[in-house]
Amino acid sequence: MKIVNCPLNGPRNISEFVWGGEVKPMPDPAKATDREWTEYLFLEENLAGDITEWWLHAPTNYWFIARRNTITDQFLETMTYDAFLARQPLASAVIPSGEAEPAAKPVTGGGDTGATSA
Amino acid sequence: MPFALLKYGLSREHPDDPHFRWKPDLKKTYDVVIIGAGGHGLAAAYHLAKDHGITNIAVLEKGWLAGGNTARNTTIVRANYLTPEGVAFYKESVELFRTLSNELDINVMYSERGHFTLAHTDAAMRTARWRAEVNKHLGVNSEVIDSAEVKRICPTMNVTDEARYPILGALYHPPGAIARHDAVAWGYAKEAMKRGVEVHTQTEVKKILIENGRAIGVETNRGIIHAGKVMQAVAGSSSHVARMAGLKLPIKTIPLQACVSEPVKPILDQIVVSGSLHVYISQSARGEMVMGGATDPYGLYSSRSTLDFKESLMGHMLELFPFMGELRILRQWAGMADMTPDFSPVMGLTPLENYYIDAGWGTWGFKATPVCGKRMAECVATGRQPDLIKPFALSRFSTFDLVGEKGAASVGH
Ligand SMILES: Cc1cc2nc3c(=O)[nH]c(=O)nc-3n(C[C@H](O)[C@H](O)[C@H](O)COP(=O)(O)OP(=O)(O)OC[C@H]3O[C@@H](n4cnc5c(N)ncnc54)[C@H](O)[C@@H]3O)c2cc1C
Repeated sequence: MKIVNCPLNGPRNISEFVWGGEVKPMPDPAKATDREWTEYLFLEENLAGDITEWWLHAPTNYWFIARRNTITDQFLETMTYDAFLARQPLASAVIPSGEAEPAAKPVTGGGDTGATSA
Repeated sequence: MPFALLKYGLSREHPDDPHFRWKPDLKKTYDVVIIGAGGHGLAAAYHLAKDHGITNIAVLEKGWLAGGNTARNTTIVRANYLTPEGVAFYKESVELFRTLSNELDINVMYSERGHFTLAHTDAAMRTARWRAEVNKHLGVNSEVIDSAEVKRICPTMNVTDEARYPILGALYHPPGAIARHDAVAWGYAKEAMKRGVEVHTQTEVKKILIENGRAIGVETNRGIIHAGKVMQAVAGSSSHVARMAGLKLPIKTIPLQACVSEPVKPILDQIVVSGSLHVYISQSARGEMVMGGATDPYGLYSSRSTLDFKESLMGHMLELFPFMGELRILRQWAGMADMTPDFSPVMGLTPLENYYIDAGWGTWGFKATPVCGKRMAECVATGRQPDLIKPFALSRFSTFDLVGEKGAASVGH
């Protein structure tokens, strides 16, 4: 049985978690073109190796970020979304969108990153 | 004929044509290069040679002949899909499968068993009715039956109220079948090679060569090969190979696990699927119970096996077929399924000229091997998208014209 380290709830059985998919920058709904929506909604990097993704702890409805290796099936690291944003240099390296726009606005809310590693 | 057979049987030698006519060396140029020697790539090569007279073809395979998902699937063939586009497409495949042993001169052991999609909830009964109506409208034999009828056709199934999820009824599809997956691929390879097609194993494509916006060849571990046209048919590696052609696909690679029990005497005739319980089962010609469920809960490029899969599978299986408690698991494995968001495949033209794609076959592509080979060959030969596969073009994702098959494809493959 696999254990995932939830930033909010600590180590829990993987059956409590739901896969959310690749972290992608969301286009601005007011301005996005059809092409941008296609890219955001459907197109995937689908990489073999280290990737950064959304995961959900279903019982607490809590979304967070995980770094995972899709070849070895290991969770490398889990962190809050704020902690992820605070690490933009790393984050932009793992969002190979090819687009010039920034992945997301750097927000550093509470300061405590809550980052844990699995 | 009987005398020839007798003579052959009594002779000390048993001369036979070699099954596969391998050619050791790669040429510098081919009219068509196909990446991936699974059932799909081989069927396309066969139809290019047979229907379109294009025989200067190389099928390049990084591993061994048909060792990918073609060798790993649970061989269910059916046409009882949900969308009119899907039903029309898979219906043609079922028709081709019926005569495939003759066509390829190899016994593909096509065995029509009857296919149940069990319903344990009102919602599932509604989907069953919907599918039955679409199926019948398009000439596919499907009907909704109640639990008493399920019991009559399949007496070994536990159709009582004692179960945690009692069976209310089922979508019954009499033409549902299983076949010998290896024989299908070997048959296409054999007949294609007989017509001059070359199949090269241990030949991995590492790069797609592009000039002025058109594909002109590939680079492999055995050197550069030029090609008039290039087609990819690489299942779980679809995103990886498409990236070499500068394409980003609507595909996530997710493992699909399966297993078989030790072989027993014939006890289960039908193919039984339960979308609500996420399990399916059939008995192979060898007597093994072939079992599986939905894809893993998250994406991965690994064929590792999990206890979670077996636990949830067996829990439900024991309720459906209590006699299974006596059986042991013999083998288990997984394949990399190339999953699309609408559970429909991606076939045909791409934005890159002279580059054709056959992908997004997820957990449902074995049954489509004949029709996909035939229609992809037509597409590559003519450079136009055949009508039957127009709805499955890659471009549907930019026009938001998806073909939603999840209700008929997420568990029953
Ligand atoms: C457990 C399981 C059960 C299934 N059950 C069913 C079922 O019951 N019914 C059904 O219809 N479908 C089923 N499927 C789906 C079905 O197996 C596939 O959709 C189908 O086999 C795909 O065929 P293919 O020829 O496209 O791919 P494959 O057979 O996977 O062939 C692709 C080939 O491409 C090669 N390749 C990859 N990259 C490269 C490269 N760079 N260069 C050269 N070669 C490369 C691979 O080595 C591989 O041999 C199942 C799948 C799995 C995993």
